[in-house]
Amino acid sequence: MTLAKWFDAAAPVAGAPGVTGLAVDDDGWRGAAEDFAAAGGRLVALWAQGAESGHRAVFAALAASARVLVVELPLAAGESSAAHRYPGLQDLFPFANRMQRAAGDLYGVHSTDPDTRPWLRHAPGGASYEFVKVQGEGVHEIAVGPVHAGIIEPGHFRFSVVGEKVLRLEERLGYAHKGVERRFSQIGILDGHRLAARESGDSAVAYSWAYVQALEGQVEVEIPRRAAWLRALALELERLANHLGDLGALGNDAGFAFGLAQFSRLKEQLLRATEQCFGQRYLLDAVIPGGVRADVPAHAGAALERCVTGIAAEARELRDIFDEHAGLRDRFVGAGTVSCALAARLGLIGLAGRASGQAFDWRVDAPCRPYDELRPRKCGAAGGDVAARVAVRFDEAQESCRLALGILADLPPGAVQTRVPAPPADAFAIGVIEGWRGPVMIALSAGPGGSIRRCHPHDPSWQNWPALEHAIIDNIVPDFPLINKSFNLAYSGHDL
Amino acid sequence: MRSLHWFTQVLEVAAALAAAPLFHGWVNQCRAWLQNRSAPPLLQTYRGIRKLFYKDAVIAERASPLFRIAPYVVFATMLTAAAIIPSMGTRLPFSSSADAIALVGLFATARVFLALAAMDIGTAFGTLGARREMMVGFLAEPALLMVVFVASLISMTTSLPAISERLATQALTLSPSLAFTAVAFTMVLLAENGRIPIDNPATHLELTMIHEAMMLEYSARHLALMELAAALKLFNYACIGFALFIPWGTAMGGGGPGALLAAVPILGAKLAVAGAALAVIETVSAKLRVFRAPEFLATAFLFAVLGLLVH
Repeated sequence: MTLAKWFDAAAPVAGAPGVTGLAVDDDGWRGAAEDFAAAGGRLVALWAQGAESGHRAVFAALAASARVLVVELPLAAGESSAAHRYPGLQDLFPFANRMQRAAGDLYGVHSTDPDTRPWLRHAPGGASYEFVKVQGEGVHEIAVGPVHAGIIEPGHFRFSVVGEKVLRLEERLGYAHKGVERRFSQIGILDGHRLAARESGDSAVAYSWAYVQALEGQVEVEIPRRAAWLRALALELERLANHLGDLGALGNDAGFAFGLAQFSRLKEQLLRATEQCFGQRYLLDAVIPGGVRADVPAHAGAALERCVTGIAAEARELRDIFDEHAGLRDRFVGAGTVSCALAARLGLIGLAGRASGQAFDWRVDAPCRPYDELRPRKCGAAGGDVAARVAVRFDEAQESCRLALGILADLPPGAVQTRVPAPPADAFAIGVIEGWRGPVMIALSAGPGGSIRRCHPHDPSWQNWPALEHAIIDNIVPDFPLINKSFNLAYSGHDL
Repeated sequence: MRSLHWFTQVLEVAAALAAAPLFHGWVNQCRAWLQNRSAPPLLQTYRGIRKLFYKDAVIAERASPLFRIAPYVVFATMLTAAAIIPSMGTRLPFSSSADAIALVGLFATARVFLALAAMDIGTAFGTLGARREMMVGFLAEPALLMVVFVASLISMTTSLPAISERLATQALTLSPSLAFTAVAFTMVLLAENGRIPIDNPATHLELTMIHEAMMLEYSARHLALMELAAALKLFNYACIGFALFIPWGTAMGGGGPGALLAAVPILGAKLAVAGAALAVIETVSAKLRVFRAPEFLATAFLFAVLGLLVH
């Protein structure tokens, strides 16, 4: 296998299991990417750092089966961006385009790929953004957003349509860009999990866990077994709450308000039980370095067990209603299809990927503690349409219920925290946690005296936003909100 | 007797204006109950309209006078329609000036002004909504005309009060013709009033809207008139349905003030049942894909033609 030479040369990286790192030159950068692409591997993330983080460099995390290779391409200091452009990866991994453009916006390191339009930073110098124009008779554009008729996050969608049929969709994001990477370097490394949790509020546990996984890897701290189990409980509750909310919203977007009312009720019950257990409805501060913030009170655990049991039963009933409703099936089946082949080509990941035959789940493929003991079941479908994504959500909600009940039944005794010292300067680690949307990755390098030198949070939405542009092709305009909701991608998490 | 007829006429228009938002609120309440939600108050629609009248209107910069007058035209059309539909009494002095076919024309006038105003400001959503509204409209109108023709054939007149009177006074027989027509009419009612499964009046997704997309640029008193007009339209359609298919209980020619007095609670009861039925239909259905709307309305047309054939 051609990948063996890369993994043999690489050194282990702390944090998530199975991660290795390697510094390469331009040829090695392209070579590694080409070998991974040829072997069916995936690009997990691509990010850069500027001179203020020590030296300019660009990083790519490449994954094949359960192993990850982080390649670092150092860029000469002081050179202007025009003088040295690193080799672009867009031809191998299409969605690398936006990550490369974002790296250019934030750190002035540019690739050799032709698309150099800004991505996250809008209109430096007042230049207007060039959307791709579709020519032809009867083609017109519909511009939607960033301000929408509902209360949702900001994003701009430019449709080129003939009548109601969509010929092309081009997204423009970055309206929620807030400089979170720069903010990380201003706070202490032992406080960073709080900012990480707020990167994308619906994936707070996944982000904060990925962060502390990297941090604990740097200082080689093993957290108590009970703490690890409670983190998994928090992550599964977060997954369940989001799936319940999305399933209701998907029903509502198809004009089936009954679904929204029922799932909203279930989600609310879960959030209340979550509040009793962890002290918060949304678990922004549950995960801390060294464990979890507080133990779950025994009576709250019992209440949660009853709540989750009830939700599992009701969700099963609601699934029957969704599956047997002719109107809903008509809207869901065949809408927004991403075929398995296209999904593989685009590198679709996470929940949307699993609905298009891309069966990757970090909890199963490269389990961190305690998922090696919990043994979650991998859910998936091959249809790639809205119906498949709904089915995977239903399956995963049941699986999360099962895992949560299993955790509550067998919760190991012991402490829920341990002390975590500040890591030494230059320590580097990667954290990867499978959030509800897909794998959330944190690349963390420590600075001197307990500071953060560089922290890059990566949301799975980077991979999946471009796939949405393909999913909508040949569908009709009024189906877009439904298709968009079936992906439900992050704006804040993506816009950094 | 003449003065009673005029009193009936004024009462009908005033009642339509007053009861239309109430009917709208009742449908919303039933929908909420059926979805296991706690319902908004019955008077919520009035409150919303009142609030809008207190606000300052914001009008798009490039808007032509058409955009400003459209709400008044649409509202006036719906009020005129209310004047010729026999909701409580059939002796309406106004109804001799317009028959059922003119009524369909009145609804079409409102639609044209609504669509023109939506396109006037030139936003993508206005045009989108206008386009879809015209598609639904040109398919729904023939079906509605067919319904009217069936009723006219049975009663040999096109005047709506006369049809209603004839149908109410004939011997009570099971008429398959009217049954088919009633199904067709219900489907047209759903489509024309922007209800599920054709349109979703509660949606906030601008890309899926039909009626709401045309309203997006309206505010304050203009929006209030448009919402009042939409409520009136639903009320009018319900009353057309009563006049054609359950005409009993309205004050007929010979009835004095007593019959008119009795007609008020009967109308209320009919509206309550119809509103609940509408809510049930909306709760158990999902919204159709836009391109399924022609199939839906073609089915309505088919039912109306069947009604005509079995007559």
